Amino acid sequence: MSEEQIKNLEKQFEERIARDEKIEPKDWMPDKYRQTHIRQMSQHAHSEIVGMLPEGNWISRAPTLRRKVALLAKVQDEAGHGLYLYSACETLGISRDALYEQLHSGKAKYSSIFNYPTVTWADMGAVGWLVDGAAIINQVPLCSTSFGPYARAMVRVCKEESFHQRQGYEIMLKLTQGTPEQIDMAQDALNRWWWPSLMMLGPTDAESVHTEQSMKWKLKRKSNDDLRQQFIDQTVPQAELIGLTIPDPDLKWNEERGSYDFGEINWDEFWQVVKGHGPMNKERMKARIDAWEGGEWVRDAAMAHAEKKAERKIKQAI
Amino acid sequence: MKNENLYNYILGIADNSLILGQRLGELTGHGPSLETDIACTNMSLDLFGQVRSYYQYAAKLKGGDATEDTIAFLRKERDYVNVLLVEQPDRDFAYTMARQFLFDVYHLLFLQELQKSHDITLTAIAKKSIKEVSYHQRFSTDWIKRLGDGTTVSHDKMQEAIDSLWTYTDELFHQTAADKAMVAEGIGVDVTALKVKYYSLVNAVLEEATLKIPESKWFQKGGKKGIHTEHFGYILSNMQYMQLAYPNMEW
Repeated sequence: MSEEQIKNLEKQFEERIARDEKIEPKDWMPDKYRQTHIRQMSQHAHSEIVGMLPEGNWISRAPTLRRKVALLAKVQDEAGHGLYLYSACETLGISRDALYEQLHSGKAKYSSIFNYPTVTWADMGAVGWLVDGAAIINQVPLCSTSFGPYARAMVRVCKEESFHQRQGYEIMLKLTQGTPEQIDMAQDALNRWWWPSLMMLGPTDAESVHTEQSMKWKLKRKSNDDLRQQFIDQTVPQAELIGLTIPDPDLKWNEERGSYDFGEINWDEFWQVVKGHGPMNKERMKARIDAWEGGEWVRDAAMAHAEKKAERKIKQAI
Repeated sequence: MKNENLYNYILGIADNSLILGQRLGELTGHGPSLETDIACTNMSLDLFGQVRSYYQYAAKLKGGDATEDTIAFLRKERDYVNVLLVEQPDRDFAYTMARQFLFDVYHLLFLQELQKSHDITLTAIAKKSIKEVSYHQRFSTDWIKRLGDGTTVSHDKMQEAIDSLWTYTDELFHQTAADKAMVAEGIGVDVTALKVKYYSLVNAVLEEATLKIPESKWFQKGGKKGIHTEHFGYILSNMQYMQLAYPNMEW
């Protein structure tokens, strides 16, 4: 194809996106679009899968049967989200195995929030309320992103995430209606998860490398700082309603802006965790790699069995 | 307690699902593939759903302050009456699937009889559970075949798992005093009558999976009388942790 032909295709492609048309896997697309989507969607899928670990940590110790069932269902939903997203990625011509390889080698990232430990039961509430809450803010705009399989997966994911967020908030609500010990547990969880949740919405706009291109492709519709502000404005009244205090002495309603002003985020901590030095980075990766390597013989057996079955079928037919 | 036999009978059914559900729940996030991970979590969810129905019924019979949670979380180790099979640890995926299969075949046969019970609550729970357990059995049976008739490695691992867990199968067919009383009233299932069919179903699958049917005639028992393996205390210390560390609170 000549350079001019490619330019022409690119122009048509950008026009389709501008008209809000969906790009489907078999459509022509610039290589950069393909690679950017593989990167973002797989990062999202990895976050779902790694995100199963901190919550899975409390399944065996959930305090009641009702809570246990809800937590199991939630973590199972996350596995399901991972599955859709890996499948959506595969439509762009990369295998799930190759994506896992990128995760395990450290080439691909996942959401840094999952590198913090879940130390008490209240963390199940805080994670649902704050982490899923921040995730929704990030993901709702993606329901109308330009790549069809991603947009459709996001519609379902967002419905489930919204349920998870309410579930997490309800855990916190119940704790704050409980004994002083339970109230302390809830406050302590908020104290530990608040700042990492704000960081989850990504580096400040000045430091975010991918934003401009992503905006054009509708992979991003608002900047990280705008999303963060939206999250804070939405969450502060929820904390007040259940009598919890946001651990930020600089948090103050700004009448003029119609938004909360907030204190400085410790970006050193953020980059430290992104670079692999968070409290749980090594454990999370080890758990994923152990599951994958430890399961290799199972996957090999399934393949071998399927081949034997197919051979027998052919022999019978002859 | 009035209906003490019925109460104990219900625990005899539900404790199996509780402990097996707990074991499966430990694996969430660590499965050999996403699909098996989702399936095992799903089976755990089904089992806990069944447990809730049984314990809610038992709590009603017991009266007083009893709830599904006091029954699930606040008994001592000798008061749980699940069979030893379901408390066996997840040594690897072959063990998990062998344990599941050896229980599922029994569980489905049991529920098919329980749906004929004179007790309408148990009948209703059985009918709902049959749908779920049919799926469990299909899933675990498929994996017995895949691993048994897969690679040499998987075959050996599955054979080892079946050989190790076989010793716990006979207990499924032991009758407790509550069982006998409930069978006499037309409420309970005569588990002794399920044994022949059970082994014939299990053996057929093992043969198709190119696995040897264990010849051992030595069987372990005790779970139904509350005498468990050494694994059991650790299961409880995990499962009961919150209720014991923070007693009398709402969650």
